[in-house]
Amino acid sequence: MAARKLQIALYWGAACGGCDVAVLDTNEFILDVAAAADIRFWPIAVDGKYHDLEAMADSELDLALFNGAIRNSENEHVAKLLRQKSKLLVAFGSCAHMGGIPGLANLVTKDEILATAYLSNASIEPGNQTIPQARTAVDGMPLEIPSFYRRVYRLCDVVDVDYFVPGCPPAPDQVKAVLLAVVKGELPPLGSVVGASERALCDDCQRTKSEKMVRHFHRPFEILQDPSRCLLEQGILCMGSATRSGCGVRCPNSNQGCRGCYGPLPGVADHGASFLSALASIVDSKDPKEIDQILAGLPDFISFAYRFGLPASTLQRSYR
Amino acid sequence: MSFEPKIVGFLCNWCSYTGADLAGTSRIQYPPNLRVVRVMCSARIEPTFVLRALAGGADGVLICGCHPGDCHYSEGNYKAMRRFPLLKRLLKDHGVDNDRVRLEWVSASEGQRFADIVTDMTERVRALGPLRIKSDLQTDLVER
Repeated sequence: MAARKLQIALYWGAACGGCDVAVLDTNEFILDVAAAADIRFWPIAVDGKYHDLEAMADSELDLALFNGAIRNSENEHVAKLLRQKSKLLVAFGSCAHMGGIPGLANLVTKDEILATAYLSNASIEPGNQTIPQARTAVDGMPLEIPSFYRRVYRLCDVVDVDYFVPGCPPAPDQVKAVLLAVVKGELPPLGSVVGASERALCDDCQRTKSEKMVRHFHRPFEILQDPSRCLLEQGILCMGSATRSGCGVRCPNSNQGCRGCYGPLPGVADHGASFLSALASIVDSKDPKEIDQILAGLPDFISFAYRFGLPASTLQRSYR
Repeated sequence: MSFEPKIVGFLCNWCSYTGADLAGTSRIQYPPNLRVVRVMCSARIEPTFVLRALAGGADGVLICGCHPGDCHYSEGNYKAMRRFPLLKRLLKDHGVDNDRVRLEWVSASEGQRFADIVTDMTERVRALGPLRIKSDLQTDLVER
């Protein structure tokens, strides 16, 4: 009798779809996966409904890759279903891992978001007063849609997560490595970050680095950069020093600063604060006024510091 | 019961902690709202420490170091000086009032100045009221 095929599921919560595409970006490898495994549930690529998932026995799946953050009750419902039905649940990509770009919505309130989307946006029909509700009556029949949460959560805020695969999106080679590790049963202790390095991005970056002292911060398009020299030394924001490597140095190799999608280094509690510490230290001034002027060159710093992980940060959201 | 603010104070070993000691040995009175953590240098205070204190229930955080030019390690307090404005911006964006955090230079001989700073900060934080980050985060876990 042939060996039992691996039973896998993939799902997206509050996500852009890039993580699903990253799985497809493994090219022909995905055909090997399909040959070695039964893809039981994958909304972006395979037909299947929630009731199919509900009908499965507990732990019937071997592996569930969950990408996307938890923004509404539907995301949480499917996260809990997958937790119940799968032996392994993996937070796949920055959003599931740390909240991701959708997590930046924690800087504003639910009411502000709904007002912008449905009441005050320039493209809204003037006078519109309709905001979708979780429960409404249509022609006398009750209609339910997922309820929109007050804030964004990480996957591990709502269910137990076995492994974390960082990246926005995870690099295809890392996706392969993770799938192969599951097939071979060669997995690290539960709770580990897999498919990434234990070192900082700077360790893998080939640009030359010397002493960092910065008097002006620039956005990448504002200066002609030296392609061989450390971006931060040139005043271009790069989170490499505070960020876990494993992506293949994709952004600095494309002349963009690291944005931190692989998350903090092992043992670091707060990614943005750790970057803040390193960044402010290299400001080349001992005069408070001048320091303020130099730091003023950093627009919207909080969104930069926590671009991929506000819900994973110490304060997690706004307290206005 | 009236609100008594909890303020975490990070004091550098060489100047500010000694300054606080002087306030004590000189019997200068100041509010008991400050919980002091002695660190070797104001540069040792990672922004994460401040965030953790606020998320853990502190209503304010006071950081004290040697006056610029006086650092025991030559340059440490300049690092604190550079980090602090950016940390304040981060907190403001989180909706945390900037009066809740303060960076001051206190030398070993400035016991009175230390007491004045603590008194002033306690009153400012008292006026702002409790910071509810800890309970808000707990609520977030049960109320979506």
